[in-house]
Amino acid sequence: MVEKRKIKVVISKVGLDGHDRGAKVVSSLLKEAGMEVVYLGMYQMPEDIIRSAIDEDADVIGVSYLSGEHLVFTPKIVNEMKKHGLDDVLFIAGGVIPPEDIPSMKEMGVNKIFVAGSLTDPLVEYIRSNVRGK
Amino acid sequence: MPFLGESIEETVQKILAGDRRTSGRLITRLEDGDDWGKEIMKRLFPRTGRSMTLGLTGAGGSGKSSLLNHLIERFRKMGKTVGVIAVDPSSPFSGGAFLGDRIRIQHHTRDDKVYIRSMASRGYLGGLARATTEALRVMEAMGFDVVMVETLGAGQDEIDVIRLVQTCLLVITPGMGDEIQALKAGIMEIGDIFVLNKSDLDGSIQVLRSIEATLSLKPGQEGEWKPKVISTVATSGEGIDDLMEGIMAHQDYLHNNDAMERAAFQRVEQELGLIFRDELERVIFKGLKGTGKKRRYIRSIIDGKSDPYTVIEEILETFLKER
Repeated sequence: MVEKRKIKVVISKVGLDGHDRGAKVVSSLLKEAGMEVVYLGMYQMPEDIIRSAIDEDADVIGVSYLSGEHLVFTPKIVNEMKKHGLDDVLFIAGGVIPPEDIPSMKEMGVNKIFVAGSLTDPLVEYIRSNVRGK
Repeated sequence: MPFLGESIEETVQKILAGDRRTSGRLITRLEDGDDWGKEIMKRLFPRTGRSMTLGLTGAGGSGKSSLLNHLIERFRKMGKTVGVIAVDPSSPFSGGAFLGDRIRIQHHTRDDKVYIRSMASRGYLGGLARATTEALRVMEAMGFDVVMVETLGAGQDEIDVIRLVQTCLLVITPGMGDEIQALKAGIMEIGDIFVLNKSDLDGSIQVLRSIEATLSLKPGQEGEWKPKVISTVATSGEGIDDLMEGIMAHQDYLHNNDAMERAAFQRVEQELGLIFRDELERVIFKGLKGTGKKRRYIRSIIDGKSDPYTVIEEILETFLKER
């Protein structure tokens, strides 16, 4: 049977941050929205995330932050994406991110940020309308 | 259809050179079943079929991914390059999937000689995804020495993997029922090697005995492979040496008999059937797409005006007339 094009999302924690509840919840919600979610789990480094995104041919990379390392890892992830030419892949960050850091994260190259307490529909909608064509 | 702005020939060359991004893209295309992927596969096919192929199947939570993690490590220590395909189920309701196999094998993510691809089953029965057979060919074309396929958590009858790979490991655990389960047909018949994982748990001796007893009842020809039962504890690494030994023994057996040829034959036979059914369905139903006919057919069946047999006969007759 010819399948509809599925959206593939890689969801990960990064560094030593061990709070994965949010990442799991978001993964489940995206699954419910009909997307294929590759869940990488905790303690991933930017290189791991990008390598996984390449091997899995992901359309979206989602990184969940909680422990305040978002300003450290975000530029590293963006650099890795650039290095490997993943310019058509969406990079979405989420979790506990202070509002005052959001502008600088966007400047670093995050496509969209959904902080804790965000609703699901806008996230799903954002991905559906901004994901690359294949 | 354009693909990274390259010609088919360029793409084929990149895949043969092991380019991960191009290969990743190709597997996506194959999952989506588009024509471009097929054209590439035609060119790649002659360069496939030379890898050692292993399958891991068994119930969800039996430890397939954790065992896989050990096997990747062992093969890497032997200097072998490794491709992995890990299948997890798609939701029958949303069509989405949660693919969690990478978690247990994440230590190998950054190893350039290891390539891991998760696949959602997308409703395909048999324990694999429809495009798993093709993804395996892609990884062979990329030149991996060993390619391992992990099925989704299989129940009793998800046994397609046996014809896809050379050596099939069936992972079982204690506490999954009495000896009656070991006597049943289906999945209990497909292991070249039975891996009794979590063998440190209570009841493992009983399971071991009942499997061995069942296997001993199997009529076997002289010189034919006798399935081995190997006890492991994937979390501690216990028994992995024995498992590797078992795998190599089965590979030796295949090479020293005409069994390797038989395995290749079965694989192609299964692929042919798969591609044939797929293409047939695609070609025949293509004419129905967007016409609303399918909906009308279904309606007429529900309303009792027709039945599925008559409908399919009609569809086939129309198709043949149009040819």
